[in-house]
Amino acid sequence: MEQRSPITAEIKAHGFVRRVFTTDHKIVGLQYFFLSLAAVLVGTLLSLLMRIHLVWPSAVIPFLGQIQPENYLQYVTMHGTLMVFFVLSTVPQNGFGNYFLPLQLGASEMAFPRLNMLGFWTTLVAFLVLIAAFFVPGGASLAGWTQYAPLSAIPSAGPGQGAGTDLWLISIGLFCVASVLSAINFITTTIKLRSTGMSWMRMPLTCWTWFVTAILSLLAFSILLGAAILLLMDRNSGTSFFEPSGLLVGGQAVAHSGGSPLLWQHLFWFFGHPEVYIAVLPGMGVTSHLLSVFSRKPVFGYRAMVVATIAIGGLGFMVWGHHMFVSGMDPHAGFAFSALTTAIAVPSAIKTFNWIGTLWGGRIRFTTPLLFSVGFVSLFITGGLTGPILAQPALDIYLHDTYFVVAHFHLIMAMAGLFAVFAATHFWFPKMFGRMMNESLGKLHFWITFLGAYAIFLPMHLLGIAGHPRRYSELTGVHYVMVLAPLQKFITVAAIITISGQLLFLANFFWSMFRGAAASANPWECTTLEWTLSSPPASHGFGSREPVVNHAPYEYSVPGAETDFLMQDAAATQ
Amino acid sequence: MPLALLLAFLLITLLGIYLFVVHPWWFPSAAAAGAGAIDHQFTLALWILGGLFVVGQLVLALVVFRARRKRSATYSHGSWRFEIAWTLVITALFFWFNITGERLWSEMRIDQPPAGDSIQVEVTGAQFQWYFRYPGADGAWGRTDAQRLAKPNEGNPLGLDPEDPAGKDDIVSTALVLPVGHDVDLTLRAQDVIHSLFIPAMRFKQDTVPGMDVHAHLKPLQTGTFEIACSQLCGLGHYRMRATMRVVSDEEFKQWLKKREER
Repeated sequence: MEQRSPITAEIKAHGFVRRVFTTDHKIVGLQYFFLSLAAVLVGTLLSLLMRIHLVWPSAVIPFLGQIQPENYLQYVTMHGTLMVFFVLSTVPQNGFGNYFLPLQLGASEMAFPRLNMLGFWTTLVAFLVLIAAFFVPGGASLAGWTQYAPLSAIPSAGPGQGAGTDLWLISIGLFCVASVLSAINFITTTIKLRSTGMSWMRMPLTCWTWFVTAILSLLAFSILLGAAILLLMDRNSGTSFFEPSGLLVGGQAVAHSGGSPLLWQHLFWFFGHPEVYIAVLPGMGVTSHLLSVFSRKPVFGYRAMVVATIAIGGLGFMVWGHHMFVSGMDPHAGFAFSALTTAIAVPSAIKTFNWIGTLWGGRIRFTTPLLFSVGFVSLFITGGLTGPILAQPALDIYLHDTYFVVAHFHLIMAMAGLFAVFAATHFWFPKMFGRMMNESLGKLHFWITFLGAYAIFLPMHLLGIAGHPRRYSELTGVHYVMVLAPLQKFITVAAIITISGQLLFLANFFWSMFRGAAASANPWECTTLEWTLSSPPASHGFGSREPVVNHAPYEYSVPGAETDFLMQDAAATQ
Repeated sequence: MPLALLLAFLLITLLGIYLFVVHPWWFPSAAAAGAGAIDHQFTLALWILGGLFVVGQLVLALVVFRARRKRSATYSHGSWRFEIAWTLVITALFFWFNITGERLWSEMRIDQPPAGDSIQVEVTGAQFQWYFRYPGADGAWGRTDAQRLAKPNEGNPLGLDPEDPAGKDDIVSTALVLPVGHDVDLTLRAQDVIHSLFIPAMRFKQDTVPGMDVHAHLKPLQTGTFEIACSQLCGLGHYRMRATMRVVSDEEFKQWLKKREER
């Protein structure tokens, strides 16, 4: 009898504690997935409140009342924190990666299952600690997800800069620990647990991006953990890593001396730039994978894609200063960071050409995952092309900290990343839940989201070009900003429509989980190893029957073959 | 579906072209030396990157559209010739573009006019107000100690030390008044958290960081009134931390200084 849900299988087999604290990588993956889902719902709600407040400041929200200026900045902070950490740094890597890395490698489990379980529960505690910040005196922090010192270091600098900021730092500290543990697991699993015949160059590109992302996580999150501890100490233990002497805040002298606010920025962005690649690399891997499956063609330039992935990872550590061109940093440093940032555009462009090359000449199946993958490429091109503009200090002087930057990173990281998550969800849903998602609903959701993403973020560039700074809670403080209100209104209306359209995805997802059409083992006719197991897989996965791999991962439409796909573990003679 | 995708991509491309070519909202007109060069660089960026945007979206759309009726896919693992070709083209294009920008950066921040010729103004950001201090006739700024001397409501927001004679003729203003056509050497400071002085019409932005004195040059070329905004999140009042820059004739500037010194 085919199992409908892995959760049911677990309930039958084990007691409550073992069920909840399971070390099964598939369940841990699903736990991360649903945690991210909760985070994205909160994060999206916050952005809706922000957009409404900007253009209708006197609007009364049910249960919340009128949004105050300090609330707005708290929403900005928590929206960024939830989305960057608990959505984009969680579901692509720890959600899908945990579930599918071992399966795609032919392994029966991750290298360290208990570490895996520990990582999830730490992340969950981190999430709860973060949400708790809303409910303490002063509320959540208002310093943005970037938490620049001294604003983040001095409790009297604003509401939410007291307990709310301490909770933020503790939450992020826990998140860093969980990420480092997970990274160790991913790296070890990829190096040691590939099954027979699964050489490095036969790994699906998803595995390559999970691997490089894990290395980035290991190195970057450890730095953020250090920085968070230093800031907690400045706030609570009398140290002054980030505050100079002579500070006067709200009429009160602040007793710090000897520190540098720029040090926080260097530490934060040394983490923060690799972080954006952590957020988007797994999505790139999924896109490469899905464009191949649904074009029925091998990935165009597999080797080049591997080299580009590694190059992006490596260069990603050398460009952090492009967030600091006007920070007071020595202008000579600007030359180096600008050149290195331009360098990273090259492997990104190579990937884009190869995605187009994969689609070219393909026999395309226009499924929902394919649509979202094509959408990823489109959004990546649009968001990516404003990168070289911001990479030039001469132009960044004007555009830094304006809505131009907000448009840039929302297109290339948030929207593209989100599209890859939607694509991956539709694609792997049958494997995870044994049912298919609804195609018509999926396509409708795609159209609203694709057109909506452009309607929101393409005009937003003009706000920045007109000089509209970021993180303004009202439009009424600066005259030239007031004049931009009609454009802000358009963006808000587009956002309301697009966000409403996401209900289609939620409806499709949850309805399909219980009532979707039954899925076969390999409904998409995909070549990689996870599709050799039942949908969903038995809890032991491959068990002791290690698959033997004889073929590369993207052998579609091989001339002369019977079918247009060749499973990786098919006999060697084929 | 493939037709719908093609049409959607066309729509998006047209929207992009409309927004950046017709630009219903755009830069304020430039009023400072060096601003023209920045605007020229941005126009170059629009041509190159905007061109790539249009080509990229349309190629993607056409490739997908053309593949809709294929009976079997082309089995190809790629082409090293293509990889090398497009890598070289993109590298050359992006680095050439980058170097033009680096040259501009050099002119803006590395090649500075000799110190003696510039008008000196000190800018201080404090939650949520900008202060502009002129050294007065003696050309020297008085000592400040905000922690000790800047008491609320005493009219000494920078904490000027009354014991320092150099500070007697200092002018502290909440508006930035400057004579047209002269280079200005701004010394940027902050009293509490990081702020950022942003003057769009001058294409000027510089963060003001507590504990640091950052120098940046500015040369207004047109008279008029221009708005200053804060562009680094500094707390609750960040959205209203604005100031006015007034660029006036030489004569008017001298008179303004004299009037302020007499107070």
